[in-house]
Amino acid sequence: MAWLLALLQTLLFIASAPLLAGWLKKVKCRLQNRRAPSLFQPYRDLRKLWRKEPIVAHPASWIFKAAPYIVLSTTVLAASIVPLIAVNLPTAKIADVVVLIGFFALGRFFLALAGMDIGTAFGGMGSSREMTVSALAEPAMLMAVFTLAMSASTTNLSVAMNYVLHTGLVLRPSFVFAMLGMMLVAVAETGRIPVDNPTTHLELTMIHEAMILEYSGRYLGMIEWASQIKLMLYGVLIVNIFFPWGIAQNFSPEALGFGALALTLKLAALTVVLGLSEVLFAKMRIFRVQEFLSFAYLLSLLGMLSHIILEVRH
Amino acid sequence: MAITELSHYQQAILLLASLIVLTSFLMLGQSRLLRLVFIFAVQGILLAITTALAADVLDSPHLYISALLTLTLKGIFIPIMLQRLVLNMGLHRDMETLPNPARVMMGGTGLVVFSYYVCLPIVKLSPLITLNTIAISMAVVLLGMLLMITRRQAVAHVVGFMSIENGLFFAAVVSTYGMPMVVELGIAFDVLVAAVLFGVFFFHIRSSIDSLDVDQLNRLNEVEK
Repeated sequence: MAWLLALLQTLLFIASAPLLAGWLKKVKCRLQNRRAPSLFQPYRDLRKLWRKEPIVAHPASWIFKAAPYIVLSTTVLAASIVPLIAVNLPTAKIADVVVLIGFFALGRFFLALAGMDIGTAFGGMGSSREMTVSALAEPAMLMAVFTLAMSASTTNLSVAMNYVLHTGLVLRPSFVFAMLGMMLVAVAETGRIPVDNPTTHLELTMIHEAMILEYSGRYLGMIEWASQIKLMLYGVLIVNIFFPWGIAQNFSPEALGFGALALTLKLAALTVVLGLSEVLFAKMRIFRVQEFLSFAYLLSLLGMLSHIILEVRH
Repeated sequence: MAITELSHYQQAILLLASLIVLTSFLMLGQSRLLRLVFIFAVQGILLAITTALAADVLDSPHLYISALLTLTLKGIFIPIMLQRLVLNMGLHRDMETLPNPARVMMGGTGLVVFSYYVCLPIVKLSPLITLNTIAISMAVVLLGMLLMITRRQAVAHVVGFMSIENGLFFAAVVSTYGMPMVVELGIAFDVLVAAVLFGVFFFHIRSSIDSLDVDQLNRLNEVEK
């Protein structure tokens, strides 16, 4: 029963990820005084890409064809271990947040290989940039996670959420810093605006898009879907770790329904914040990204320090 | 004391204390003078809120008066004065190139760790709840000094100096239930006078070396080599 629920939750996760992307687009269009496409436009795009025949360049090796499958499957696996609408599910118990970061790293590794596989200049450039960004973002992310782990004495997401739920509202300085650091990391890792522009057509400024320039059809669809899931993953991580109230603690239908409703509202609110920041900030020069990420690292580090200085018994 | 055993007001004091350190770090990384002054104003306002909360938690109503003083002086009056000075001297378009902001910031975290290490014996002495923040206030003092060391602009030096004063004031509030009212009023007045005097000094420095870049004061010779 619990395993079935975990499976259903994962399916819900990957099925609703394009919806979140659509909502983000809607928020941004609204803020920029444009007419927004329908909320379900990402689904239509995915269906269109799925139907098209993928064209593969001549020099492509097996890595190029395997990479979309690996990227999508690691992202789905990562989604399965993050508690979405219920805690204490069996999938969340077998893997902790370090595994989650490992899944991201594995997917990114293959995507970077695929970017270099064809041998075009833009692909290699994109891969190198992506690896630079992720090498700077990962320490900040891990530091934020460790800050959380020091409070909850665990790296398991489900247990940590339970801990936050049971201690009630505590104004922890460390959580504020960890949340801010994690938000900056999320912006960098999902390739949103101050770091990377997901809708750009200018190859010289691309990071993520430059790696997947050669992909088309079904393969492109998989990668797009994976990046939508990844965006939602970071969103769910932030809202469920720092504001877990409303998440279902038992498996009764009412609790699950309430959990889904609460999560929808929290994610919608977080997306509005993301949309606002995307509208307000301009894309940074690539050489400013390291300043941005070192600030994220500083925030996470301050979170850890403020936990040690202010929050524990001396 | 672990944070879960404190009341929400006390937790809020700790949270605001950490935000004050964050503003100190933001100042370190800020290369535009107007934004630097703005962050300084934010720090002053946060300090005023913390003092008001401490007045409530520590049950010492005279701290409300010092909160009000802090808000008017450091949150509003001095920042506005510095802003006017920057605008009058046309410095608001200047960008000071920081040689390596990331390294300065990491040095700053080193200072935080150092002040924690130094203050640990003091924290163990007393059961006072807010005493954990004494390391934070010392870190604010050291970060203000770091700001003064790393900058060349005289205005940035003044902001660093004022933020050192913020750190000292914060330490007084959280560790000793605030200073006696006479001392507090005296210090507030001193800060005000210092701010005015700095304004006069800016004009003097600028009229003698035609810039506010204090590195140029190192040159003692009259003629350009």
